[in-house]
Amino acid sequence: MVQSLDRSQGRAGGVAAGPTNTHGTFTGNRALQIEEPLIFEMGQAGRCGVDLPEPPKVKDRLNGLRRAGEIGLPGLSEPQVVQHYTRLSQKNYAIDMGVYPLGSCTMKHNPRINEKVARFPGIGDLHPLQPVSTVQGALELIDRLAHWLKTLTGMPAVAMSPAAGAHGEMCGMMAIAAALEAKGERAQRKTVLAPESAHGTNPATAAALGFTVKPIPANERGRVDLAALKAALGPDVAAIMLTNPNTCGLFEGEIVEISKAVHAAGAYFYCDGANFNAIVGRVRPGDLGIDCMHINLHKTFSTPHGGGGPGAGPVVLSAALAPYAPYPWIVKDGEKWRVAEDGAKVEGTPLGRLKAFHGQMGMFTRALAYIMSHGADGLKQVAEDAVLNANYVMAALKDVMSPAFEGPCMHEALFDDSFLKDTGVSTLDFAKAMIDEGYHPMTMYFPLVVHGAMLIEPTESVAKEDLDQFIGALRSLTARAKTGTTAEAFKAAPLYAPRRRLDETLAARKPILRWKPSNNPPETDPLKQAAE
Amino acid sequence: MADVKYSEEHEWIRVEGDTGTIGITQYAQEQLGDVVFVDVPAASRKVAKGEAVAVVESVKAASDIYAPVSGEVIESNAALADTPGDVNAEPMGKGWFFKIKMSDKGELAGLMDEAAYAAFVKGLG
Amino acid sequence: MRYLPLTDADRREMLSVIGAKSVDELFRDVPTSAVLGAKIGGLPDHQGELEVERAFQAYAAKNLSPATTPFFIGAGAYRHHVPSTVDYMIQRGEFLTSYTPYQPEITQGTLQYLFEFQTQITLLTGMEVANASMYDGSTGTAEAVLMANRVTRRHKALISGGLHPQYRSIIETTAKWEGFGAVIGKPDVDGLEDLIAAVDKDTSCVVVQNPSFFGHVRDFAKLAAACHAAGALLIVVVTEVVSLGLIKPPGEMGADIVVCEGQSIGNGLGFGGPYVGLFATREKYMRQMPGRLVGETVDADGKRGFVLTLSTREQHIRREKATSNICTNAGLCALAFTVHLTLLGEAGFKRLAEINHAKASELADRVAAIPGVKLLNDSFFNEFTVRLPKPAAPVVEALAAKRILGGLPVSRLIPNDPSVENLLLLAATETATEHGMGPLVAALKEVL
Repeated sequence: MVQSLDRSQGRAGGVAAGPTNTHGTFTGNRALQIEEPLIFEMGQAGRCGVDLPEPPKVKDRLNGLRRAGEIGLPGLSEPQVVQHYTRLSQKNYAIDMGVYPLGSCTMKHNPRINEKVARFPGIGDLHPLQPVSTVQGALELIDRLAHWLKTLTGMPAVAMSPAAGAHGEMCGMMAIAAALEAKGERAQRKTVLAPESAHGTNPATAAALGFTVKPIPANERGRVDLAALKAALGPDVAAIMLTNPNTCGLFEGEIVEISKAVHAAGAYFYCDGANFNAIVGRVRPGDLGIDCMHINLHKTFSTPHGGGGPGAGPVVLSAALAPYAPYPWIVKDGEKWRVAEDGAKVEGTPLGRLKAFHGQMGMFTRALAYIMSHGADGLKQVAEDAVLNANYVMAALKDVMSPAFEGPCMHEALFDDSFLKDTGVSTLDFAKAMIDEGYHPMTMYFPLVVHGAMLIEPTESVAKEDLDQFIGALRSLTARAKTGTTAEAFKAAPLYAPRRRLDETLAARKPILRWKPSNNPPETDPLKQAAE
Repeated sequence: MADVKYSEEHEWIRVEGDTGTIGITQYAQEQLGDVVFVDVPAASRKVAKGEAVAVVESVKAASDIYAPVSGEVIESNAALADTPGDVNAEPMGKGWFFKIKMSDKGELAGLMDEAAYAAFVKGLG
Repeated sequence: MRYLPLTDADRREMLSVIGAKSVDELFRDVPTSAVLGAKIGGLPDHQGELEVERAFQAYAAKNLSPATTPFFIGAGAYRHHVPSTVDYMIQRGEFLTSYTPYQPEITQGTLQYLFEFQTQITLLTGMEVANASMYDGSTGTAEAVLMANRVTRRHKALISGGLHPQYRSIIETTAKWEGFGAVIGKPDVDGLEDLIAAVDKDTSCVVVQNPSFFGHVRDFAKLAAACHAAGALLIVVVTEVVSLGLIKPPGEMGADIVVCEGQSIGNGLGFGGPYVGLFATREKYMRQMPGRLVGETVDADGKRGFVLTLSTREQHIRREKATSNICTNAGLCALAFTVHLTLLGEAGFKRLAEINHAKASELADRVAAIPGVKLLNDSFFNEFTVRLPKPAAPVVEALAAKRILGGLPVSRLIPNDPSVENLLLLAATETATEHGMGPLVAALKEVL
């Protein structure tokens, strides 16, 4: 009897295909799509993928706390490790494969020169706490990026250390809290205004700092209702949190009036910079009256999304908030750079520290390489092409799909699901069918203010002919849905992806968050199967 | 015959003497989708009308449940820990959340009866 | 411009489909006062790869790379050798340029490696459940304190004087602005701190580090018991994750939450970031954990698959009631960690830890033999503290002038405190050799 790994369920098991192997292959694989077990199902004691020398025998100085017993880690050889992760990678969609139209995520091309320079010896291998005299080039690099960010945004200061956009929001809102405290107004100003369309991180951040979040409605044009905003401003308001362009992909045309009203009321203006790609090089948010804005280096400035991270979220600050920027401050004394760390004297009262060391240096390097590659002329073109691509998609689809708002959009096109009315096909079904067409779906169900939202952000990285094909696919799906007879086919999608739709209810009701030997149920016990 | 009242947050309370059994309505469970977890209040906890006392989680949403009346929690539905789907299957029956000893029965007057709630839901469109 | 596919002909055609005469029309909502007619002045135009590379080589040339000199700095970031395979795997485009696995059908690669990663973290820490990574150990520690506050419904955290000073600073900042109390211990230089008496019914958590910032290795079983008796949580922080290959894990000491800095495995020093935070806890606190979680399930064909789960705790759904405002995880850094750890396996990870301890033992003996230098540690893993006969900061500068990166003067992270002025923190990993230790010892003798 031939024993082999039965990967038909993606699970190491015994002989023969199980009842769900519908592909007719012995292995359960389908050509380049391999059913991949977990490393815990592959490992064997006695295998190791690293050659390390025999450790010299020394007396333990571990306070008697030497670890006893097995950790439980599997042993694999290097070839097995390479094959495992290579096969896993082939189950992923990525920007490198094609259009990735996730609205509000700015899935633009990730240039490989960014990766090259980030790995230069003398940049990628520096310890953050080396004597400052030995890292002057690193500090100069960070300052150069800071200079670009300040100049592009028209703001006098920038806090570089936040590790991601949400972290940057926390930084900006803490700076506002610090400014209020310095004026003795922290207790009085407990309200933060945010549009209903705001990204979830906005109210989450405000609430964490003890603010009460009051939603501001939008008008029929999808922008902030200025009258409602002015009515909500008062001596209890600490700040407004606005995204511009907003999460519906629309520019808040009344933003200068908004910032004037906010400042007149003694409050601050936090700008969520997630959509900076629409205006970089063409508009300086500083000219619009904001007090702080986080910049997602992994969105506008192409640092790779890496499957969900790491990011970086430096925050540009107005003169009013600059004194409160968190440690560390990178300061130039004459010709030399120094790092002002906790307790150091600076020209300001830092709000504290948000992260160990100096910030996401790996992302600074990549973003600066991107910025230098584009230059001021290229960056302006980025914003224009991003906006052009989104409007082209909008124009080419608006006769068959249902745009949420009239008029041109900025860098992303928002549709609602009214075009699917009475078809039996939901936004979710439509998105899953896009997968079979070879695309990652657009952002679904965000922003919440639009029913069944579909937010499409092509970015400037997509060629016109690729856009045309994408548009063609969406038009075809729309036509199929509108026949009214295809709901079942849509609900069965995707058919061709490495996995069909997954049972998320089961995952949440009976959470299995780690592998355990007992995860393999007894019915697939190889010895039992062999005996039958 | 037990008397059932409804709140605008889509909770129901079945009144028997001084005790009320509380859960969410058919409309609410439909909106939520498959319920995956319910965070019920501990017994002997005192709650005020309108206070957030429980959380019901589905795959796509998490909603606060507000006490429709004030009182002291006497019992929570322990079965929901194993079968949260009871809330979808029988929202008015075995999917109940907790029982409360009411401190002010006058608060019931502010709630809707079955007909009024049905009209309220219809109006939501 | 090499990254921009649209040609002028494309743009003209697209504008005509849109019905606009120029792209400026699409920006019509921008207040005229804010439109930059010409491009932003004072900034250079685009450059080719050659020029960009030259610019970065110029930056690099002004730095002293640890690869080229004797190197002994730790203090929360450790120089280890990362096998070549790791960098090749994380640079595959399907990993590098993919995104958060919101559509699980086409992101099983990411979801499966994160599930494996979560499992590895539970095994290393001796805990029951782990998340799919935090930004880093320092922010993860602050999140752990916030979680303890939620779980216990209390607002007072006790912070050990053995916690990394910058981690402590972050907790103080978080406490100040998010409105809870943090009681900070004095620097625990000799590793004898006893927090048990300070735990009371108002304590939400006690945060300790093992090995401590000063290198001491301790057993926290009694402290764990005291915490539990008072209804508080014990949070144990591990800044050198390789230590878990040799030292009893926090889970076996009774920890409730374990936060590690994972940088040592798979991720180079990188001048401080990006790193990867590891976060693990007990199953009963699963729903209070911040960050993303990957869970196992089945698809419509009954095949095993993985999805993001329990996401209703997170900001995009709970909004102001979320467990945290966090959106991103450490993604690619978590992949690097898991690939490296998979290469090491049980035998390799343990052996790596043994080598680290042996190197540090050797260095400790040699440095302690220098006249005037006193080793303060009875126990350590790969990092220890020595007291010099004079302030350490100028000594380290003098070593740097000789191109030796000889440890961290504690006063850099604990300034304005005379009691730590003469303290030097030294680390030795598997990358330390005679070619490094010899010169360090000789130079120290000269400078002291």
